[in-house]
Amino acid sequence: MSMVEDYSKILILGCGSCVTICMAGGEEEARILASQLSLALRKNGKKVEIEEFMVLRQCDNEFLDDPSLIEKVRDVGIVVSMACGVGVQHACSFFNRVIDDRAIRVVPALNTTFMGANMDVGEWEERCLGCGDCVLEKTGGICPITRCAKSLLNGPCGGSSNGKCEISKDTDCAWHLILERLEALGELDRIKPVEMYKDWRPSHDGGPRKTVREDEKI
Amino acid sequence: MKEFEPRIIAFCCHYCALAAADVAGKMEFQFPSNVRIIRVLCTGKVEVLHLLKALEAGADGVVIIGCKFGECYFKEGNYRAQKKVERAKSLIQEAGFEQGRIRYDFVPGPGGKKFASIMSTMTEEIKSLGPNPLRA
Repeated sequence: MSMVEDYSKILILGCGSCVTICMAGGEEEARILASQLSLALRKNGKKVEIEEFMVLRQCDNEFLDDPSLIEKVRDVGIVVSMACGVGVQHACSFFNRVIDDRAIRVVPALNTTFMGANMDVGEWEERCLGCGDCVLEKTGGICPITRCAKSLLNGPCGGSSNGKCEISKDTDCAWHLILERLEALGELDRIKPVEMYKDWRPSHDGGPRKTVREDEKI
Repeated sequence: MKEFEPRIIAFCCHYCALAAADVAGKMEFQFPSNVRIIRVLCTGKVEVLHLLKALEAGADGVVIIGCKFGECYFKEGNYRAQKKVERAKSLIQEAGFEQGRIRYDFVPGPGGKKFASIMSTMTEEIKSLGPNPLRA
């Protein structure tokens, strides 16, 4: 509320990919947020115009480059992006690049939390940290970097009890799962050698990452 | 000063609440005329947005009336409706509205008396909350 209360024209920008699937920032959520903001602002006596617009992927110039969208952005005081943090930043830099007569304010509607799998309807669990140096081939397809609270490469630790992690009885011990999986695969020998320290440079510790596919560029 | 007469939107399940409204009429059970009924094939089809939009459009209260739990014609529509009501309640509370403006209730098809009683209670409750702040 505090992000938008000073504006009389607001654009809610939904994103049609990952956040739609996660039921967090798609068309329906954009319309609900618009309605909720309208209720809250009008109750406080504010005259406000709130519009919604959907972009298939806010992390892609191709989908942001829509004249009707740019016209709307030009017309409003603030854009509330319902994309993940990537989409918010990308949309913000895109709009500020194509609209050069004033700065465009883009704010996030969501807290982007993790890359996860859909375990059940309305239920997600974190599965990848994007560390840039995958170990899944050594650990039976279970990621200890993401799923072990300590990101241990040589587990389990003393906090593992009956297959659960000490942080919560609802959290599986990743190393317990890894040992079970490797045993089933007949590959327990794989974890005998002590795994040396991980190279964190391909992860965020090496600064923001960038990938360029020269073969795809013209 | 004229007494405040609330406008209430009632999303009624075709298979129970609507039949109950009919029964209420046939049996001449009185209920307030503040209610506008919208027939839905199943309360599970009512979305959170419908509830919010009703308030946005100036309704003072919104009620979804479906089948008893375990007796939904489409098995689980009423469970879905109840969850949506809970979500809508928390959304309107964040927006500064009273949660009591939205509610879920159930009534069996022959329950004309209960239907009339739900509507009377809802009307009294909304009267005590006062008009929708958007049209006050």
